[in-house]
Amino acid sequence: MARTHAETGSPAGAAAFLLVPNGPLRAGIDARAVIAVALVFLASTAVGAATATEGTRSALEVIWTWSPLLLWGFLFNLFISAAAMLIGTAAGVPLGVLQTSDLGPVRWLAWLVTQFFRNSPWLVLLFLCVFLIPYRFTVLGYTVLLPDWSKAILGFALPVMANVSEIVRGAIQSVPTGQWESSASLGFNRRQTLAQIILPQCYKRMLPPWMNLYSLITMSTVNASVVGVSEMITLTNEVLAAEGSRPALLAPLYGFALVCFFLYCYPIARWTQALERRFNVRG
Amino acid sequence: MRSVTHALGAPIVLLKHVCKRFGDVEVLKDISLEVAKGETICIIGPSGSGKSTILRCINGLVPVTSGSIKVDGVEVNDPKLDTLALRRKVGIVFQQYNLFPHKTALQNVMMAPVTVLKQDKAEVEARALKLLDKVRLAGKESSYPGELSGGQQQRVAIARSLAMNPLLMLFDEVTAALDPETKKEVLVTIRELAAEGMTCILVTHEMSFAREVADHVYFTDAGVIVEHGAPDEILQHPKEPRTRAFLEQVL
Repeated sequence: MARTHAETGSPAGAAAFLLVPNGPLRAGIDARAVIAVALVFLASTAVGAATATEGTRSALEVIWTWSPLLLWGFLFNLFISAAAMLIGTAAGVPLGVLQTSDLGPVRWLAWLVTQFFRNSPWLVLLFLCVFLIPYRFTVLGYTVLLPDWSKAILGFALPVMANVSEIVRGAIQSVPTGQWESSASLGFNRRQTLAQIILPQCYKRMLPPWMNLYSLITMSTVNASVVGVSEMITLTNEVLAAEGSRPALLAPLYGFALVCFFLYCYPIARWTQALERRFNVRG
Repeated sequence: MRSVTHALGAPIVLLKHVCKRFGDVEVLKDISLEVAKGETICIIGPSGSGKSTILRCINGLVPVTSGSIKVDGVEVNDPKLDTLALRRKVGIVFQQYNLFPHKTALQNVMMAPVTVLKQDKAEVEARALKLLDKVRLAGKESSYPGELSGGQQQRVAIARSLAMNPLLMLFDEVTAALDPETKKEVLVTIRELAAEGMTCILVTHEMSFAREVADHVYFTDAGVIVEHGAPDEILQHPKEPRTRAFLEQVL
């Protein structure tokens, strides 16, 4: 999702691109990754410092000065991702359950909705939400304002919903059919079986892919900069402009954002892997 | 001999001309059998002969294609069937135990009466503890299925079915996945149940056990009942060549 930065041609953006391919959080990431990110960051600030001319501040000084603002932006990214995850999960769980319904049309409709949002580019869904939803509603005489960031949350929540739906469907179907048979034999109806027998066995299976999705959505929240939400990358662009758009600051400032995201997402990835291993061992 | 009641007592299970097909495959062809109250019958036969399907039809897990199944006078092959009422009367134990892995042994036994029958929790717990004691699992109440041996899990499964106070118990090759030692624990439990007067239908490959506990033995092959009769008749002096060939293979 860091492709937009790679397109800007900045070295840090390119590094971000390398680190965020599909499913980057799975195999083969170890301490070397931490060192690599640290090196990219140090090298970019060093280049910035070396090319600094008289009367201008060094890259580190610039980052230090602006770090409260930039970190505030980063917190906003985390808020957007958490809110999107919350809404997307709340909608995705029932959708996933409906995908296993024994009523054909219900199952088919849930499948269609899931596939539609799962196979749409996240950025396009974001554009649609931000540009199609009006910025204010009038309901019963009350006017509700919808700021861009709230629409962006919805834009991120849609793919989360679709992916959670698939995670839930997969987990439900991975529970052995014997569980359904024995529940039915004991007189459980479908709803009781799902709520008390099947879903409780799904949580463990769902947690690792759900956390993986959370990491991905967190990293993709920088896409909100494209629609002008004041998150970290938007603020980084503004800081760059305020500092006179010096090319020497490009790499250190984007590098700073990269490090922030990395330090947040990498532990989650490791934790996810640990959980996967633990659940696999226990079955 | 209890087989006398076979002719006299009102049947608790009555199958008449039951047919079942899965797509083009005819699994059951014109199956008729009856089980009297308190009777134990064993269904034997080669794999794929439709034995397990018969059990699944009796408790309505698998709908039949044609024919009639009556359990305690109620027609199972009826779209308006009260499934819950049927499932309360018929307990089933499976080859793969199918315990709920996220619940303890005690919770496994308590769940259906509490959730489905909405019975009082304290009452159900007292009954569940007694049942676990009956299947010789006192002390294992708080163990999870993953912590129990196959034989122990199977006995929890039996207790779980008994907690619904069924009229009739179905056993679907319940010892097939067990090693000889744990097999014995389970067979002892079933023997006690049968001796107490529980009506039991067993699908089994344990010929010596069938001979010991059964009042009546049915031999099925390729979806039909080839012959049936008293255990000694069928297992010692089979008339049909197919039965003879099968018994020669397994004994």
